[in-house]
Parts: sequence; structure tokens; C-alpha cells
Amino acid sequence: MAQTRKEMLVDPLVDNNPITLQVLGICSALAVTSSLQVAMVMAIAVTTVTAFSSMFISMLRNHIPGSIRIIVQMVIIASLVIMVDQVLKAYAFEISKTLSVFVGLIITNCIVMGRAEAFAMKNPPIDSFIDGIGNGAGYGLILLLVGFVRELFGAGSLFGITILPTVNNGGWYVPNGMLLLPPSAFFIIGLFIWAFRTWKPKQVEEREYKIQTVEAH
Amino acid sequence: MSDDQKQDDVQTSQNAFQRFMALPSDSVPKTIAVAVTLCLVASMIVSAVSVALRPVQEVNKLRDKQINVLQVAGVYDPAADVTEAFSAFEPHVLELATGEFVDAQYDPATFDDVAAAADPELSTSLSDDPAGIGSQSKFVTVYFLRDDAGAIDKVILPVYGYGLWSTLYGFIALEENGNDIFGLQFYSHAETPGLGAEVDNPRWKALWNGKKLVDDSGVLQINVAKSASPAGADYHVDALAGATLTSAGVNNLVRFWMGENGFTPFLTKLKAGEI
Repeated sequence: MAQTRKEMLVDPLVDNNPITLQVLGICSALAVTSSLQVAMVMAIAVTTVTAFSSMFISMLRNHIPGSIRIIVQMVIIASLVIMVDQVLKAYAFEISKTLSVFVGLIITNCIVMGRAEAFAMKNPPIDSFIDGIGNGAGYGLILLLVGFVRELFGAGSLFGITILPTVNNGGWYVPNGMLLLPPSAFFIIGLFIWAFRTWKPKQVEEREYKIQTVEAH
Repeated sequence: MSDDQKQDDVQTSQNAFQRFMALPSDSVPKTIAVAVTLCLVASMIVSAVSVALRPVQEVNKLRDKQINVLQVAGVYDPAADVTEAFSAFEPHVLELATGEFVDAQYDPATFDDVAAAADPELSTSLSDDPAGIGSQSKFVTVYFLRDDAGAIDKVILPVYGYGLWSTLYGFIALEENGNDIFGLQFYSHAETPGLGAEVDNPRWKALWNGKKLVDDSGVLQINVAKSASPAGADYHVDALAGATLTSAGVNNLVRFWMGENGFTPFLTKLKAGEI
């Protein structure tokens, strides 16, 4: 599967999206999408970590012993995540307070490990870096879409700017409180997966079972 | 690399390293070497970043707390310099049990209330613990804001306690008479966004302004509840809709800190004009 670099970058946005097609990284997508600003910072953080961890792992790929390869990947990913966390605490303190534990949990984000294991271990560094950016962007795209719906209808604002004035603040809009709770992200992601698969029927998985047709006697 | 080149390399000065790198990745020496090197390099980078950014982070934390003190006192101006605005406040370390300042013993500029609460030397573990904080620091930092004539204008007291999911840390600002509330503000909590986190809503925070702590006979009457208080509207703050447990937590923590185990000795002195 010789991909061009453009394909590496663009494919994960829709055709091979880590959230909607591979259904990876859902846990953090639930947690950080209640406001767009937080979702965006999380998307940037995950993209940075995925790109650089893929690149470093790819640079070392010929020397990583198979028996400890997962540990080696984890060490690289964890170091990068700690750095991102430290940088956020230093330069985006307000946001790091909201993201709190979820930055640390990028380590366990399946997308980062998934790209390291599936792509970076077999491909050269620059390709791996681009692949990481593409997959991070695919994750970020869904995060922003979900965040848009949740913040607009859950809190009546976008990026903290009031769009629909809520009743609590003397407006007319009664916000849907459920959208601010994590389970709502499940529904929204589910709806996006449905929409994506209707748009691109190729993404529909084959059934693991066959429906038998019984002839009438 | 061809065999000939390999032979040549043995003769060069780099040979040991190159021979090592050419070992199969799965051999035991190489596995150990890769693991050790990677761990060393990674730990050095992480430590370097952490040490390099520590000062900036400390400044952020301090600034965040200062902004909250300014906000609760109603003098926060986003355009103004925080450090300069904060210098108008006069910090003191207070011993809760006696209501005396112990500035000579602890430096108010560096005393850390939150760390003190976790230190067995500096805290008491509570048996009667409505605020759900486990152990209470014996000493806390309080702030005075003085007016131009040098008289006390506002007193900022730290409060904290458990809500629904998290410990809420905040400040309560009192007027100079030690009984009228000017404002309440939390600077750190993790309550449900849209429900419990409405403790940050300016409209709800505004409800606190002008409420009173104790009635004329000196009984603590302030409360956060859904229904009106028998003591009257001056002592009652409406609970948050849809956040019963967070509201109960705020009620408990405010009543705890303003009560006997909290700031009562200090407030008694303040009212008597002994401070």
C-alpha cells in the first residue's frame, strides 16, 4: 500500500478516521468535548504527541528490540506527554486546569500507540511524522465537531462566546444539560459514524454473520 | 553495509559502536543497552523540561490565586497589572484556634495553606467534619484590603470543602464589620459543568453580596438552601438548580469555616476592634 504523503495526511480525516472508522480514542473524546476551546487544545496536544512520537519511534525502528518494543514506545510517548503537560501548565494555565488529568491520559490514547505500532515501526521518519499529523487532525476534526454540538446546545456558546443566551443568564435559551455530560458524546459520535458511513458506504463493516434465507416449504 | 566495509570498520576508531549497532535488535546485550539508553535520555529530557518551566508555572499558580483574591474583593481589572493590584492586599498568617496572627513564625508571602492542611504538624484531624476535608490546617493565610485612610475595608478568608466530585477551594470576602458578606468565589473545583460548576456563574455569586453571617443574637444563620430560611432573606442564598449536592457542599463549607472550628475566634476579635 504505497501511499503518497498527501494521502497520508488527508486519508485519516474522513476515509480512515481514527474515531469514526477505527473507533479509537473514544474515552478522551467523551471527556474533553464539552467546550470547544478545550477540545481544540486537546486536539493540538494529541496531534503533536502522535506526530513526534511516530517520528522518534520510526527513527529508532531498526534498533528497537521486538521483545520490549511496546515499552520503548510507551517511554517515548510518555516523555512527550509529560513535556506537553509541562508546557501547557507554563503557557496555558487556565486551559491546563480544565484539561487536568486528560493531558496525562494522552499516554493511553489508543491512536498514539496505534500509529506507532501500525505505521511508525515500518516506515521512515518523515512519513511517520506526516501520518501522525494526519491522524491527530482526524481525531481533532471529530473532537471539534462534537465540541461544537455540545457547547452550542449544552451551554449556548461557542469558544465561550454566547450565541444562544441561556435562561440562567437572563436569556431565552433553555440549555440541554445532558449535552454537557460525557454520555452525550457517545450519542453524537454515534450519529457522526452513521453520517460518515452513509456518505461513504465503503466504510460499512461486513457483518460477521450471515443472515440465512430459509426457503418456505 | 557490505562485508568488506564491515571488515574495514573493525579497524577504525568507531568500530565498537558500529559493531554494536549492527547486532541483531533482539540480542540480549542490545535489548538491555537500548532500554537503559532510552530511559536515561528520556528521563534527562523530561527533567530538563520540568526544571526549565518550573519558574513560569509557579508564577502562573501564584497569579491565578492573586486574581481570585482580587476578584472576590471586587477590585479585579483585567487590564491592570495583577502583581501591582495585589500589593494593595495585606497578607497575614492566622492561627485559627486563637484568632491571633503568627506572622513572626511563618512568612505570609510564602505560607501554603493547602500544603499545611496535609502536614500532621500543622493540622488537626477533624472528628466533626461537615465540610468533608479530613484534616484542617491550624494556620491559614488571610488578606486585608485597607481603604485610603488605612482602615480595614475588606477581609478575605480562605475556605474549602467537599462538593459532589471534588474539593472546592475558594475565598470569602467580608466587609470590615466581620459579618456582612461581600462575595464568595472558588478558584479550584471539578464540579459538573453546567450544573455544580455554576458556582462560578456571576449571577449566582452576586447573590452572596450583602448577606449576613450571624444574626443579632450571634447565632450563625447563613445557609444555602432551596427553600427560604426561617431566619430571613438576609441569611439565605438560593441553592443552584440541578446541583443539590454541590449546593449542600457549599452550605456545609461556608457554615463550617464561619463557625466555631473556623474563623469565629478571629471574627470575634475583628468585631471587638482588637485587630
